[in-house]
Amino acid sequence: MSNIPAELKYASSHEWIRKESDGSYTVGISEHAQELLGDMVFVELPEVGDTVTAGEDCAVAESVKAASDIYAPLSGEVLAVNESLEDSPELVNSDAYGDGWFFRVMPSDESELDNLLDAEGYQEVIDEE
Amino acid sequence: MANKTVLFNKHLEANAKMVDFHGWDMPINYGSQIEEHHAVRQDAGMFDVSHMTVVDVTGTEACDFLRKLLANDVAKLKVPGKALYGGMLDHNAGVIDDLITYYLNDTHYRIVVNSATREKDLAWIAEQVKGFDVTITERPELAMIAVQGPNAKAKAAAVFSDEQNAAVEGMKPFFGVQSGSLFIATTGYTGETGYEIIVPEDEAAALWQALLDTGVRPCGLGARDTLRLEAGMNLYGLDMDESVNPLAANMGWTIAWEPSDRDFIGREALTAIKAAGADKLVGLVMEAKGVIRPGMSVFFTDTDGVEQQGTITSGTFSPTLGYSIAMARVPNSVGDVAEVEMRKKRVPVKVIAPSFVRNGKQAF
Repeated sequence: MSNIPAELKYASSHEWIRKESDGSYTVGISEHAQELLGDMVFVELPEVGDTVTAGEDCAVAESVKAASDIYAPLSGEVLAVNESLEDSPELVNSDAYGDGWFFRVMPSDESELDNLLDAEGYQEVIDEE
Repeated sequence: MANKTVLFNKHLEANAKMVDFHGWDMPINYGSQIEEHHAVRQDAGMFDVSHMTVVDVTGTEACDFLRKLLANDVAKLKVPGKALYGGMLDHNAGVIDDLITYYLNDTHYRIVVNSATREKDLAWIAEQVKGFDVTITERPELAMIAVQGPNAKAKAAAVFSDEQNAAVEGMKPFFGVQSGSLFIATTGYTGETGYEIIVPEDEAAALWQALLDTGVRPCGLGARDTLRLEAGMNLYGLDMDESVNPLAANMGWTIAWEPSDRDFIGREALTAIKAAGADKLVGLVMEAKGVIRPGMSVFFTDTDGVEQQGTITSGTFSPTLGYSIAMARVPNSVGDVAEVEMRKKRVPVKVIAPSFVRNGKQAF
């Protein structure tokens, strides 16, 4: 059984978000997603200052098995990216909800949060796969 | 119902992630295929290859039969235990399978064929053996464990009996010897030193456990694939199959053209292909980010300025080198650079002979 922290929100495409104190949201991929992908070998991130759009691809997680698009869970401006993933993509495998985060976004439309799932809803998505 | 090897429970004990591999439940990894890969390059790892098929070829005409069946020539094998790699071709020179043949004595050879091709191989052999005084005996009661890596032989020595250690003392690469209940061969599919050990099924779990206790790391099919590709070794079904002739699969070195009167199956077709010019299988190295995958297209411009196209047969991330490597089948006018089309753009690659890593080090 994968770990699905209750304090996070999720997209059905397997990204998670965590609210930070400055109002921005940190984005990563779920434990379940990294298990499916296997050992991560490259992560392509957006650039700081980029504008991302909810539901559109904005990053790539490439594992030994496949290259997978990562979709922005929220629209907004990218405030920071996890530069550690450049040299240590395996952080996504070892700490999907912590050191393996992808980027931070300042949302332009917080109503998009309503489209995301809570832990229970995300568990249902996994169960249906 | 998927087939299970006799080591199935040992895999579960080691937290293997099991997948279907051509009808067999096999471990893809035991946590991290990259860590398993490094274990083989730097220390010692082991693979359950019991799904592979061991076939004994016995009888007074065993040698004559294999000289007809295989594109390589078993008459080259004079010393008991010596092994030979090569292709079994159909009449159009398509590769039915690639296999290793061990010469045990004049009336006993042992071949090891792929599991995915087992049924068609056995059917083909049964058809071709008609008229020869030869008996074909599949040995499903034998399991097989490959122990590979710079420390593999030393760790295996701690598990072997004194008699077995004496038997493998000084054994050169590509030899096998029966000692006690084990058939121990200096072969492998990783580009590292080590053994492939054929063991009776009822002793396999104990051998696996003994190797585990000496610090040999269990490795799954994921690491096996990245290791063999780094070593530039073909995988049947990806790098070649019946639609591909051995010249177009980097297997030219396994074709014994001499003596010219040896009439092996596929010779006539292969002679015509050779005269007409075949495609070739090359290695590709891409230092940019990203991973080349099978089925992608590769392009290059030949010396006449004409664009040529080929296809990736195998591609992966090389854990040893830290970037992507691949094998591609391309027209033989290829030079030393090309471009791979991936994710809608073309990325430059170097073209090399397909050997990327040997004995832990870059090989090109």
